[in-house]
Amino acid sequence: MKMTLAEKVFKTHLRDEPFPGTKVLDIDVVMCHEITTPIAINDLVARGKDRVFDPDRLKVVIDHVTPAKDTKTALQGKILREWARRHNIRDFFDIGRNGVCHAIFPEKGFIRPGYTVIMGDSHTCTHGAFGAFAAGVGTTDLEVGILKGVCAFGEPKTIRIDIDGTVPEGVYAKDIILRIIKELTVKGATDCVMEFRGDVVKGMTMESRMTLCNMAIEAGGTSGICMPDEVTVDYLWPFISSDYKDKKAALEDFKKWWSDEGARYEKTLKIDVSGLEPQVTYGYKPDEVKSISELEGTPVDQVYIGSCTNGRIEDLRVAASYLKGRTISPYVRGIVSPATPKIFSQADDEGIIKIFMDAGFCVTNPTCGACLGMSTGVIAPGEVCASTTNRNFSGRMGKGGMVHLMSPAVAAVTAIEGRIADPRKFKKGGA
Amino acid sequence: MKSFGGKVLFLERSDINTDEIIPAKYLTEISKEALGPHMLEDLRLEGFDPNGSGAKDAKVIVTRANFGCGSSREHAPWVFEINDINVVVASGFARIFRQNMFNCGMLAIELPEADISRLFEHQRADAKIDVDYKNSRITIVSSIGSGAFDYHISEFDRALIEAGGWVEFADARY
Ligand code: SF4
Repeated sequence: MKMTLAEKVFKTHLRDEPFPGTKVLDIDVVMCHEITTPIAINDLVARGKDRVFDPDRLKVVIDHVTPAKDTKTALQGKILREWARRHNIRDFFDIGRNGVCHAIFPEKGFIRPGYTVIMGDSHTCTHGAFGAFAAGVGTTDLEVGILKGVCAFGEPKTIRIDIDGTVPEGVYAKDIILRIIKELTVKGATDCVMEFRGDVVKGMTMESRMTLCNMAIEAGGTSGICMPDEVTVDYLWPFISSDYKDKKAALEDFKKWWSDEGARYEKTLKIDVSGLEPQVTYGYKPDEVKSISELEGTPVDQVYIGSCTNGRIEDLRVAASYLKGRTISPYVRGIVSPATPKIFSQADDEGIIKIFMDAGFCVTNPTCGACLGMSTGVIAPGEVCASTTNRNFSGRMGKGGMVHLMSPAVAAVTAIEGRIADPRKFKKGGA
Repeated sequence: MKSFGGKVLFLERSDINTDEIIPAKYLTEISKEALGPHMLEDLRLEGFDPNGSGAKDAKVIVTRANFGCGSSREHAPWVFEINDINVVVASGFARIFRQNMFNCGMLAIELPEADISRLFEHQRADAKIDVDYKNSRITIVSSIGSGAFDYHISEFDRALIEAGGWVEFADARY
């Protein structure tokens, strides 16, 4: 039978089918953060089931509110920390070594092609960029994942998204995924895996593929997914070099996960990016997307560059290429959160941190930060934030506030202008 | 098993997300009880008051498409559970929210758009919904009349409700 990548992962991980159509999968990696896990831990303790299925398959980070901002968040950290210690979970990343979950776990090489990954976080779909099936789950699913290393899903239906054409100057993965969400709507991929293919995806870095897969959930998708290829091998090589004789052998092995020619898809979407403009959201749903020319000039109060969508090194490089030698509008607050310590120090080595600071940005430690309006960078009622994050829901970054989602390039030039601006009108590398 | 049915709260909009159901700032709570007063606090919907009696007395929510989209937070079903709302009827759910409901032993009922519209006819008529769990049927009764609707949930969903949630089911089986 011809199978999609997701179907192959399901087949190889199927533990049980208690009822027709209910697939209970063995999970390779269960990831945890301090917002949704402590309550799962407390519940397991209360049930007398304070156990973990395999400490080496649990990856744990404190990332949403770090450093802790108050007693409650300090307590969440404490519960997670003590739990990790009592169960000998070695991959636990605490302050000083922590970063945004969906940025730091791939960076550590934890995600491999063909893996099953769950986390109590909706953007877990990000990790599908490695050719894994990676899904966000609630606290109860997380508890069972921690306890038993299994999770139940329905049949994996896949939407194939072919992305072809030439990527225009000033257009990035973020613009492409916003365009796709506009087309599919916020529920268009519900219960489906979104398989990203085509020449444009092949030409993308792992970082860009993660940006694509990260926002699959904004169309309702269970996981994004990309075929693991040379780019995947190169990215993972430091972690897999002892498993394979050379990169070619690794690639051959990865290819076994590729969707078969003739596999069945729920539907196919074709996107030609050749004429695509930078894309920006305008409402309170991620499918409310317009081309930049329709929104240019909209005033903003804050610009946020960071998050699991666009806080990686290539994002900071892009933003810095516009900010270099320029300063941001005096009426705008610019905040940048490099997503991991590695990204932070890389940006420092490359002079990017200095460019941000000279431009007038506040540089924070690696954290989710302003993304979800529960720690730093909360906006006031009536304020507008231009943001490289993934959600523009009402109240997301602060009650009564409004968020425009955009690429790091648009965010950078928007900070300079104090109004939504078009990066194609700016010369890179200084005024 | 939980008890299902009672006074209806109508939320006339699609795509109501989990940030609207329970804002992120309350995710620092580590008990379900503490979430209680903040149910639907950030939902902006004409005629809806999160502190009004309509919300406070409700036992069932009736709403439109893609309910519970956005963040995976199980705090969303929990805030309903704590307020004694164990049933949500919609024309569609976001996957994670729907799974979270059954994982908690709660009932997420999906009905065709046309049936949902017929339920909404009772919006301003002091409606109550009875759930006949055994026969997978709900009946709405209000000052303008009544109507019955059959629904379908999977065997797995039923097993979760009857086992009292996924943790017990999985721990017994795996
Ligand atoms: S950066 Fe934002 S979207 Fe990503 S995990 Fe953190 S809070 Fe969630």
